[in-house]
This record gives sequence, structure tokens and C-alpha cells, in this order.
Amino acid sequence: MTESKSAGAKEVWITGIGIVSSLGEGLDAHWDALNAKTINIDDKRFAPYIVHPLAPVSFDAQIPKKGDQRQMEAWQRIGTYAAGLALDSAGLKGNKEILGRMDMIVAAGGGERDLAVDESIMSADAKGNSSPGFLNERLMNDLRPTLFLAQLSNLLAGNIAIVHGVCGTSRTFMGEEAASIDAARIALARIESGQSEIALVGAAHNGERSDLLVLYEFGDFNLKESYAPVWQREGSSGFALGSAGCFLVLESREHAEARGAKPYARLTRVVADLAQRKQPGAVTRSLEAMWPKLGITADSGSLITGATGAEPVTSEEKAFLREHPGFAVRATGTMFGHTLETQFPLGLALAALSISRGALFPPNDPTGLEVEKPDAPDQIVVVGAGHWQGEGMALVEAIK
Amino acid sequence: MSAPRDKFGRPIVVVTGMGVVTSLGAGKTDNWTRLTAGESGIRTVTRFPIDGLKTTMAGTVDFVTVDPVSSTGLTERLAEMATGEALEQAGIGGKADFPGPLFLAVAPVEVEWPQRLELGRAVGMTDFKYEDMLRVSGGGRFAQYHHRFMFGSVASHLAETFGTKGSPISLSTACASGATAIQLGVEAIRRGEADAALCVGTDGSVNPEALVRFSLLSALSTQNNPPQAASKPFSKNRDGFVMAEGAGAMVLESYESAMARGASILGVVAGCGELTDSFHRTRSSPDGKPIIGCMRKTLADAGLEPEQIDHINAHGTATPENDKMEYNTTAVVFGDHLPKIPVSSNKSMVGHTISAAGAVEAVFSLLTLEHQRIPPTINYEIPDPAILFDVVGNTARDAKVTAVMSNSFGFGGQNASLILTREPV
Repeated sequence: MTESKSAGAKEVWITGIGIVSSLGEGLDAHWDALNAKTINIDDKRFAPYIVHPLAPVSFDAQIPKKGDQRQMEAWQRIGTYAAGLALDSAGLKGNKEILGRMDMIVAAGGGERDLAVDESIMSADAKGNSSPGFLNERLMNDLRPTLFLAQLSNLLAGNIAIVHGVCGTSRTFMGEEAASIDAARIALARIESGQSEIALVGAAHNGERSDLLVLYEFGDFNLKESYAPVWQREGSSGFALGSAGCFLVLESREHAEARGAKPYARLTRVVADLAQRKQPGAVTRSLEAMWPKLGITADSGSLITGATGAEPVTSEEKAFLREHPGFAVRATGTMFGHTLETQFPLGLALAALSISRGALFPPNDPTGLEVEKPDAPDQIVVVGAGHWQGEGMALVEAIK
Repeated sequence: MSAPRDKFGRPIVVVTGMGVVTSLGAGKTDNWTRLTAGESGIRTVTRFPIDGLKTTMAGTVDFVTVDPVSSTGLTERLAEMATGEALEQAGIGGKADFPGPLFLAVAPVEVEWPQRLELGRAVGMTDFKYEDMLRVSGGGRFAQYHHRFMFGSVASHLAETFGTKGSPISLSTACASGATAIQLGVEAIRRGEADAALCVGTDGSVNPEALVRFSLLSALSTQNNPPQAASKPFSKNRDGFVMAEGAGAMVLESYESAMARGASILGVVAGCGELTDSFHRTRSSPDGKPIIGCMRKTLADAGLEPEQIDHINAHGTATPENDKMEYNTTAVVFGDHLPKIPVSSNKSMVGHTISAAGAVEAVFSLLTLEHQRIPPTINYEIPDPAILFDVVGNTARDAKVTAVMSNSFGFGGQNASLILTREPV
């Protein structure tokens, strides 16, 4: 297990949140949608597969130059947009002095392919038109020269630097769900230890991609035929890919106070581990081993999980949750779909938002696993267990 | 040696094990022999057809094969080889029980053409779309490709094989990735989170689409004949970089922990620095300020003055822009001292190992310190008159080397530098 160190550590605040998803954009829209138990899915475009499509967004609002938008594919536009919202929310937009020394850790996968090029090459290959240089010639002639830059994992961070001027440091972590757990963990550890004062952390995911559906279909991870909430998928397990971008501004309390920033919540702990999942129960044991590291003081509280709905990991996580019956659970996958790298930042964001609004959003689960939680939360646990590997947990708290 | 903490009170971070694989060979001994002999590992690509390509050579690692063939599989195998060598030298932990975290610089992972074509043929149609492919993707027939083409798959395999602790981090800062992996390890040890860290950079991604992508960005040399002469850092007739494969691995430890277990200390990572360039997706800010700032941050992090650097292991990709920009910025940072600093680019011989480069070149920098001998920049026949580095041209040079700066710059405004020393500073 790896955890951020706490001894003599600086307090770290969440002072900015940016979210764009299938539920809309910004904190008010998300708060309203969560309270209205809104779920937006598209079960026709990729039928029989189900996706949570990005809500209509005017990218101009955060990416003013059309030339910049053209240089990006959807996942980068989603992320750059959400990063802009986070900077706005932290009151940092245009603050060159701070942005110029701001650290950034982005969790990213890769970008969109040119599906038409792929399809035409594969069709030609299937027809037997594959001379030795065939693939080379088609790629040389058909690929858009700058498409590579819209595919490279680290170019989401690159675009955020260009569009918003976040240009202290830039690191991109990869590795599906675990990448963003580690991004939050490392950013927290660096600020706690004084290696950094302020950081932008987050991820973006475009779930409306048939090439990604193919990749997850290899492992039979996609939800098919009909939508069901995450906890109600035992008959037909799987995840519905979702489109979302979510970024957080983390900073030391001293730094936030010096600039008069208003915090949403405190990020107290992030722990992560890689269970060897060949043994049944490994995820349950991994989550159980992390729990005491959070320093939770009560036997009841609130918990937001990025549970995917895929198996066996979701059942293993349920077994862990049953050991903590005092905690009111919320699964973001039900409303947002599965957004891979973005799921954990989304959990952190909704935890901070709930704390700042003095209420946990209502359950959205016909199975009864999620229960009402009327009192104002002062601690929320955020859980992430990747669909095939990687587990992590965080504690978000009200500021005392 | 001095106290286990540096002048800023942080744990000193030392290197106790290193491993390397490049197109020159496997292991430090082979690589060092060939590197200092000025041999090139660049050759005409034979792994796949080169018809229709503008660039037909690369620094492929052809002596390692994986089955089934995939760049990600090769990337994983190269990392495994370099790590095995590093761990054997370090003699740390038990078998499959490395006592610290893994930081892995790795190329972004994606489904590759052999597998995509295999899937396409399974559709059973001659004109089809992705939705037709989706119908045949599931059911377990291609299950292995899910794991193979997950971004976290290489790190996961290494973590399991070598028993690293906690959540392994896979990262990309493009061509600076290898340096960033080392920087993350240094930071973890300085925070007191770990006594040891395994930092690896690996790249086995010479495949048709990767070559085409860089080619379409006009980044690659097209001087295909002879391939050994293609990579010409700092030369007037340089025309781009040469893609290459390789891996570099380092075991980092706190000085205190290494001393306590009586480990041989190979060198010190005295300083790390990074600074983002927000000018353009592929080009450096014309004023060079981010690169200048990156080198200065690294000097400050090491607590060294420019005059204390006596060798620069350059990024030196041999693209027209990089080498000019690297000279201009280095000249600002080092001023009058610059003519006294021998500069060399390993990429003239091994090519540009992309995600691995920062780690591979850090290993070569430490070997330079160990042997007090600087590997040459080969193909240096027509010096660029605008680049006034003291280039170690064509033949290796014996020199007193105490502190090396190793630079890495990448697409997306990524700049990272390391300072490696023989002794704590």
C-alpha cells in the first residue's frame, strides 16, 4: 500500500472544482441533477451498448480560440473545459503569477482514433488488398498529421497549459482508474510535505467511442441491452461508459488563506494499492486494509464510490461495504456512467461539494443498498476500485 | 562521504542499481563498450515492411522478441530486462520483493494493428464498421487483448514480477518521461515515504503507425542511407530524430538506507527540475524561458552553481529546432562557463528512445561518472556553426566529471532535467 504521509504535514484544501458530464456543467447544475436523481443515457447510438453522453457544452466558454479546439479531440476538449471551470471556481483564472508556478497532475488515457481510416484499412485487408506496404501507404496518406497530438496522453496537460496557462509543472499518469487515485495521492503528498503549494489535478474521458467499446468488450466489461443502476446489475454485469471531465484545485491552507480563497473541503488522506486479483476476495481485503489508514473517527458516515458495475470487483466491493453498515453509500456510476480515470476525481469533487452544501445528495438505487442520510456530512470517504486492477480511497473532510 | 542529508536537510538520494537495454545491446557492459567505441545501433527496419515510408530506419531492439508480437509486449520485456539487471546489482530485497514503489515511464498504450486486423478478419465481412467489430469482440476470444492494451498493464506486470510495493505509477511526459520517473522516485524518498524506489523508463514502440505519426509531424530524419549516419545531433545537416527502443532502470535509495545495508553507491541524484512550456504543442517558446527555467530550477534543487557542472548529457535529438534551442538556452544558463563543459548526445548512437530516453541517459550519465569518460556524439562531421557547444565529436573523451546535467524535453511543453553526481554535494 502507498499512502501520503501525515506527520507534520501541511493541511490541504480543495479550493476549486470543475465538472462537466452527462448531467451538465458546473456545480449548481450537478447539485440540482443529483438531487433530482437525473440519469442521462443514450441506448441507441451504440446499441446494444449504453453510454452516458456529454451534455451539450459550449466549448468556447473555456477554450476561446477555435484553433485550439481544432487541435484537440473530444477527450481533450472535455478535460480542458473542466480544468477551466476548476480554475474559475478557485478564482485563479488569469492569475498569471500563480498559474505560472502551479503544479499539474493529469490522469489520462489516450485519444480518439480516426475510425474511418481504421475501417477502410481493415475492410481492404479483409478483401485481401494487403500488399507489403499497404498499411504504411494508407497511414501515410490518410492520417491527419496533427491527429497524433490529439491522441498523446500527455497532451491533455499540454492543452491545459496552452489554453489556461497552467505552466509550473506537468505530469501525466496513466493506468485507467488507478491513475487518478495516484494523481490525487501524489499531489496531496507533495503539498503536505512542502514540495508543492498548489496543484491542478484531474482527468477527462470521452465515453462515446466505439474503439473504446471494442477494447472493453474484449474483456466483456460493457453493459448491454438495458440500463440498470450500478447495484442492480447482478444479472448482467458491466459498465456503461460515460463522458466527463473533472478537475480539482488543491492547495495548502496557508497558500489559500494568503490569497483569501474559499475552500470547499479539506483533502485529508489518499491511499492506494494494487491487489493481486487472482485470488477471490483480494479486492475486499485490499479495501479493508486501506480503511484504517484513513483515520476515520466515527462508525457512521458517508461514502462515495466509483464502483463500476463490472464483476467480480463490484461484488467484492459490496462485501467490503457490508462491513461498514453505518456508512451511507452513493455510487457515481449510476448517474455518470463509468468514466475510467475521471471517476475518482469525480468522487472527490462530489464529496467536497456535498460537504460545502451541508448535505449528502440523495440515494439513487432501487436495491436499498444506498440509504437516506439527512444530517450534514463532515467526513466523506471516496472509494475507487478499478474494473480490472487498482484500488484506492480518500478522506474528504469539513474544515475545522 | 558526508552526512545522509543534503544541504537543504532532505535525505540524499543515491543510486545502487542500474540496468539498460538499447539497440546497442543488453546490459551496462555491452552498452558502455559500444557507446564509447562510437558504434551506432540504428539500422534499416526489418520488423515490418518499409514500403511507402519516408523514414525506414530506427534503433530497434531486434535481439529481443516477444510472442504474440506487440509493441506493448516488447516494451514490457525491455523493462523487465533492465529492471532485472538493476536489481541484481543493487542486491536489494528478496526475490520478487522490492521494498518500495515503482515509477514507470512508458509510452501510451493502444490496440495495435496486428490485433486490429485479426479482429477485422474475424468479422467475416469485406466492408464493415466498428459496430460490426463490436459484435465479435466479446465472449472471451480476445480477452487477452483487454489486459495487454490497458495503460496500466506494463506497470502491473512489473509490480507483480518484482514485488514492488503499493500502487505502481505509469506516467508520460512524452520525451521527458524517463526523467520524470526518476524525479518521482527522488521526491518519494525525500518525503520519507520510501527508503527505496524503482524508477524505470521503457519504450518498444517502433511500429508502422508510430513511425508514420512522427513522420507526419516532420520530426524524423529521412537520411536513410546509411542508417548509422542518420542521427546527427549538433550537425549543420541534421534533419530529425531517429526513433528507437530501449529501457533504463534505476534503484534509488536514501543514502542512509543504502549505507545501513552496506550497498555500493553508484552515484547520487543531486537535483531534479521541470518547467512547463505553454507556447505550442510541439514547439518551444522562442525566448527559451521555460527550458532556461527548468535548468535553473534543477541547479537550485541540487544546490549547485552552473560552474559546478562539468558535463551535459544533452537531449540532443538532432531535430533542427531542438538542438538550436538547447544550445541557445544552455548558453544563457551557463554563460562564460559553457565552453568549459563538454556536451554529448547519446542519441547519435542509440537513437531517441522516447519514453525511455531520460532513464537510459541517466544510466549513461552515471556510467560517464564512473568511468570518467564521455561517450561521443557520432556523425559529427559538419558542425552547426550556430551551435558553439564543446561537442564530444566522434570519439570518446577522458575527462574529469563530477556533476552531469541530463536534459529531456518533450511534446506538450515538457521539460525535465536531472543532475547526477558521483558523491553527495
